[in-house]
Amino acid sequence: MSKYSNLTVKAYRRENGRVGVRNHVVILPLDDISNAACEAVANNIKGTMAIPHAYGRLQFGEDLEVHFRTLIGTGSNPNVAACLVIGIEPSWTQRVVDGIAATGKPVTGFAIEQNGDLKTIMDASRVAKEYVHAATELQREECSISELWVSTKCGESDTTTGLGSCPTVGNMYDKLLPEGIYGCFGETSEITGAEHICQKRAVTEEVGERWYKMWKAYQDDVIFAHQTDDLSDSQPTKGNIEGGLTTIEEKALGNLEKIGRTSQFIDILEPAEQPNGTPGLYFMDSSSAAAECVTLMAAGGYVIHTFPTGQGNVVGNPIVPVIKITANPRTVRTMSEHVDVDVSGILRREMTLDDAGDELIDMIVRTANGRNTAAEALGHREFSMTKLYRSA
Amino acid sequence: MAEGQEIPHLLVHEHADNVGVVVVEGLTAGTDMLCCVTHDNSTFRLTAKADVPIGHKIALKDFSTGDTAIKYGEDIGKIIADIEKGGHLHTHNCKTKRW
Repeated sequence: MSKYSNLTVKAYRRENGRVGVRNHVVILPLDDISNAACEAVANNIKGTMAIPHAYGRLQFGEDLEVHFRTLIGTGSNPNVAACLVIGIEPSWTQRVVDGIAATGKPVTGFAIEQNGDLKTIMDASRVAKEYVHAATELQREECSISELWVSTKCGESDTTTGLGSCPTVGNMYDKLLPEGIYGCFGETSEITGAEHICQKRAVTEEVGERWYKMWKAYQDDVIFAHQTDDLSDSQPTKGNIEGGLTTIEEKALGNLEKIGRTSQFIDILEPAEQPNGTPGLYFMDSSSAAAECVTLMAAGGYVIHTFPTGQGNVVGNPIVPVIKITANPRTVRTMSEHVDVDVSGILRREMTLDDAGDELIDMIVRTANGRNTAAEALGHREFSMTKLYRSA
Repeated sequence: MAEGQEIPHLLVHEHADNVGVVVVEGLTAGTDMLCCVTHDNSTFRLTAKADVPIGHKIALKDFSTGDTAIKYGEDIGKIIADIEKGGHLHTHNCKTKRW
């Protein structure tokens, strides 16, 4: 037993036993051309949310699989109470509906062809209204903190993220992973420069070797296959350089502070893949772009995201609360409306890492209980699908 | 902190590091900096030789072209122009060895 073992949150227990911290009724487009109908339904029925996106037509192979996993995972996330899926045609729409229905939650699909937007919107609005009635009657109940799935990704990093906000997340994982939570980190390309250290943080040599193979494939198939310069303008980014980061190695070493001192990752997830049954820390093969990465981790079933930032990345997500942590006093001064947890005291040596980790855990509990994050209050709902290659 | 309430100007991750990070805004050349190694909170002093923005790095020793910058106890890149102790170390004089 630790002092964290008895922590509880008031959250929503879903049909499949998972615990959600939000209660969204989502109107999910299968494809880009169904966005308008979804947005019309969300406009008709208050308390619903459309999640428009850019893709879903003519995709094939692994790229299509990532698309389906992302949509099914988003609808299946425990932060979603019920879901409507609208697509241009019934077949792929049904595939998403069936995937979400496996969780046991209410889900209905609508196809636009042979109905038109107007009839689809009317039919879907009637179902959406019933879903809102049902969802708003659900009550939060007491759940153990060990039932939370908490992901992490940092953005607009600078040297203060490696000194303060990333190790704060790491301290939280070192404390909560032993309690049985699921954790997730990723950003495959941004581990570059610290890959030798990351590989050693795998729970076994076999997992470490699989991790290295995955990382190397990204280097060879994506970076080296498409690079037109020495990447100095992309990694580190202009914002990173403004914040004082000089090389990709320095950036990666700071990034990796997010997994703490003692935590080890137990397995590797494909983009938007859900872990299967064993609590612990996972590495998700994912983009390092903030909205894409958070979208993939939300689709993987994570219900709270912890996001360290230095220069002030403002990203949010439609279904998952994104908690912003910064140690940069200039960012606290100039962008305070985006900051949920201020750990700039670490730089002044007024706050220990242990204190900072406890403050983050407290904010996770408050967020799980219903406190809206800065990104939620400011309306940040970035939903960015990962696209692996051009469509057919 | 060994030095009472004074707030450090520069933080260094590990004793093996040869660079530190400016953690105050508006640092000017000539400042007698309080430097703190976060690994064990030990402190030392160093004079800044340039105006360096918050978050940017300062050299803890004289560097010559070809030297290696060490941070987190790890190699973070090669020095591509000489830097004096207390000087500003960034993309103009340090570069990854990777690409």
